[in-house]
Amino acid sequence: MKIVILGCGRVGAALATMMDREGHTVSIIDYSSEAFRRLEPDFRGTTIIGNGVDEEVLIRAGIKEADGFAAVTNGDNRNIMSSQIAREIFNVKKVVCRIYDPMRQSTYHELGLETICPTTIGAQMIFNALTKTGQAEKAAKAAKE
Amino acid sequence: MYIIIGGGGDVGYYLTKSLLSKGHEVLLLEKGASRYQSLSDELGQSVVRGDACEARTMEEVGAHRADVVIAVTGEDDDNLVICQMAKKRFKVARTIARLNNPKYDLLFQKLGIDITVSPTRSILSLIEAELPGSSFVTLMTLRRAGLGIVEVHVPADSPIVGKSLSTIKLPRSGNIALVIRDNEYIVPTAETKIFADDDVFALVNREGEEALRDALGATR
Repeated sequence: MKIVILGCGRVGAALATMMDREGHTVSIIDYSSEAFRRLEPDFRGTTIIGNGVDEEVLIRAGIKEADGFAAVTNGDNRNIMSSQIAREIFNVKKVVCRIYDPMRQSTYHELGLETICPTTIGAQMIFNALTKTGQAEKAAKAAKE
Repeated sequence: MYIIIGGGGDVGYYLTKSLLSKGHEVLLLEKGASRYQSLSDELGQSVVRGDACEARTMEEVGAHRADVVIAVTGEDDDNLVICQMAKKRFKVARTIARLNNPKYDLLFQKLGIDITVSPTRSILSLIEAELPGSSFVTLMTLRRAGLGIVEVHVPADSPIVGKSLSTIKLPRSGNIALVIRDNEYIVPTAETKIFADDDVFALVNREGEEALRDALGATR
């Protein structure tokens, strides 16, 4: 698959590396060239410097031929806008958009965007971890008695 | 009317003042602490500190009963989200977005924003109209009809010079409304001939613009 990733932060860089190792063609966009340092040295994909809500930058990254697009910059609104550009203008089949704000996420989910909210997922996992520990301790206590 | 404005820059500030003076109920949202402080010194309770992209903030200021939401921040992605959230979540009837990059006009339209205002485009076309050598200028866009009113200055080397309108192949969507020649105006008929230096005013849709420009031999 041909994948375009917007945002080369920790998540973007890790995702790019994973996709690249799986044999996909990856191009990754960030407005700062510094960000590409996060990529592994053996990364074979393309790096593009630019603003991800700019159609020309997306075209340079190969959005016209892309099978998938992931928006993982730090800005919810930038992710939302670029995802909608990818979907509405370039008809990319698979578009995934990261949104930190749970309320914004639920609205855009209702609008048909495939969204991932790390806030909700993270809170849930931490909750599970905390309550599971509680359960384990309870179980251990019960076993002793 | 109850109007919520997102973004307390110069545009947001003057807009708030002007709408207040017209008797509207206006609420301006500004997220920056220091900018909020100076705005509230002057506008008092008409300014609230908060981010218009945040549903919670919008709920607090009563977005549900807003008649209009206007997004005038300096960032197009923020303006898009303010309007989309207002529309979808709070069912606001009318949303208006400022476009800093005029290229996004069609995208915003497609994404359900009711009205876009692009200062950059307005300034550009005003200046272009005054520049010598530019012969095709969009004067106005009639959004709901999807039409533009364009002014075309017919250059001397245009292939249509001396021809009557009935013999010129115009795009289907192009409609010549007026010809101005030597300070006189002519309401054109099929027999009207076009001459060099005529100013032609036409109604045309977006798709027909290119064809009209070519048909009249105008340069960009």
